[in-house]
Amino acid sequence: MSESTAKPKGLTKGLLTANAVFVYLFFYAPIALLVVFSFSDNRNVGTWGGFTLGWYRDFLDNEPIQGAIWVSLKVAFASTVVSVVLGTMAALALERFRFRGQRVFDALLYLPIIIPDVTMAVMMLLFFSQALDLIDTVFGVQYAKGLTTIIVSHIAFCISFVSIVVRARLAGMDERLEEAAMDLYATRWKTFRHITLPLIAPGVAGGALLALTLSLDDVVVTQFVAGPGSTTLPVYVFGLIRRGVTPLINSVSVVMLAASILLVLFSLVLQRRGGGSVTASAE
Amino acid sequence: MTVLDSPSSAPPPESVGLPVEDADVATPEFERAAERAASRRGFLIALPAYAYLVLFFAIPLVIVMVYSFGTRNRFGDTELANWNLDAYRKLTEPLVRDIFFRSLWLAILTTVICLVIAYPFAYFLATRTPTVRNVMLVFVMIPFWSNFLVRNFAWRVILGTDGPFSRTTQALGLGESRILFTPTAVVLGLVYGFLPFMILPLYAAIERIDLGLVEASRDLYASGWQTFRRVLLPLSMPGVIAGSILVFIPSLGAYVTPEILGGAKTTLMGSYIVTQFLTARNWPVGASLSFTLTVIMLFATILYFRKGGRTL
Repeated sequence: MSESTAKPKGLTKGLLTANAVFVYLFFYAPIALLVVFSFSDNRNVGTWGGFTLGWYRDFLDNEPIQGAIWVSLKVAFASTVVSVVLGTMAALALERFRFRGQRVFDALLYLPIIIPDVTMAVMMLLFFSQALDLIDTVFGVQYAKGLTTIIVSHIAFCISFVSIVVRARLAGMDERLEEAAMDLYATRWKTFRHITLPLIAPGVAGGALLALTLSLDDVVVTQFVAGPGSTTLPVYVFGLIRRGVTPLINSVSVVMLAASILLVLFSLVLQRRGGGSVTASAE
Repeated sequence: MTVLDSPSSAPPPESVGLPVEDADVATPEFERAAERAASRRGFLIALPAYAYLVLFFAIPLVIVMVYSFGTRNRFGDTELANWNLDAYRKLTEPLVRDIFFRSLWLAILTTVICLVIAYPFAYFLATRTPTVRNVMLVFVMIPFWSNFLVRNFAWRVILGTDGPFSRTTQALGLGESRILFTPTAVVLGLVYGFLPFMILPLYAAIERIDLGLVEASRDLYASGWQTFRRVLLPLSMPGVIAGSILVFIPSLGAYVTPEILGGAKTTLMGSYIVTQFLTARNWPVGASLSFTLTVIMLFATILYFRKGGRTL
């Protein structure tokens, strides 16, 4: 493929390369600066004042932050597990079966993806304010907003993302393998367990990581449905930023960043092993 | 919340009804029965997610609509008894209208800037060798997956009065930079946040194009611009539209970015809605604006699917 005219040359080539360099600088320079300043011994967040690990020590000593991390992890874990199971089942039903109400279901599954965060937050707030009132009048039990309401809301927007990723994987899979298994007298459950599930595993893992990331990232919805004493890390950090920027936020941010980068690398290794496409989740 | 633990972990029902594997030697009635059984099975597998989304998504959406027709009483509570359009009338007041158009303008600006940066980048990416391409893609995926709040915060640090950006402009003799808390900073933050959402679908669309068509166009003496305009752009249109929707939707409803990088004078729709709920306690107005926003998104998406887009 030596001299393809589709490959840009001359000035165009130069401009395209410059643009690519610019894009990567744009992506990574702010992150790099944030990391650098998190080690800076200066109360001013954007000024260098010599090397220190003090802000990381502050981060480790800060009890509200440690508490918020635990809440975040619990929420992310619970909502990922449930949304992966529900999302995978939804994907299977839509890709492998024709049933009544399928089109409505398909549309309903797309909605959480296209709806803005803020609207989703408002929806959950109003829903819980009505639902908790209803539970109070019918059963006489008073539930407060908290961990459960956060998890329920996160699942509501994660299912769709999981099912899209798993569907992409199912669509690219040879259906005859399942038929062969059933011809050989495997039950439906055995076919699913031994043929379908191993083949779609990279998609399921990709969906799980997407759900995990979405749950760990969410600020707006959580802020609306969290109760006292159940703040997730992003909501807590968001509150800190609004009250005033301190170097402590730098160190927390770097830790959050490192966690998400580790997650990406982990997902890439998984996808590579399964031969999946890295962009599957974005399409 | 019993829905959480009810049917979610149940395996797909085992052989409900008739043995489907014999369907090809069966009588028509037998086939129809098998079809019905398969349809029932599909519905049962979809049911947990279906029920979940109806209960925790469709019903909440309807509740928002109901609230948008309600009235705020003197105590800040919402009365749902007499439905009226007062909350929607409030949206036509100059204050809200300004916020709406400002949000719309910034979202369009963000989308256009992302498109202009991402298109050449995606083409560059698509014309690399597979190895280079994969490495480059990984480095696009990392910001795509990284924490959005943190990435916006990074700009707060950079653009601050004593931050590196301001000190650079001072060193260059341009004076102290006053970008932070302006619409410029908000657009910068939005572009930074959503650029990967534009790059990835564009890349997916351009990579699928047979570059032989581009070569053919050049061989037939079309200029670079003509080739782009007549061949490349039309073929990559699904990617352009998908990317634009993926950037436009979150930009229009943005809340975190304007809160961190914007100032008091750059209130956008997202912040306005949040204020109506958490501080002003005017739920009907917040609900009516949320509902309007949802309808706009729906139309944008339906338009996209009408235009033949399939992936999102």
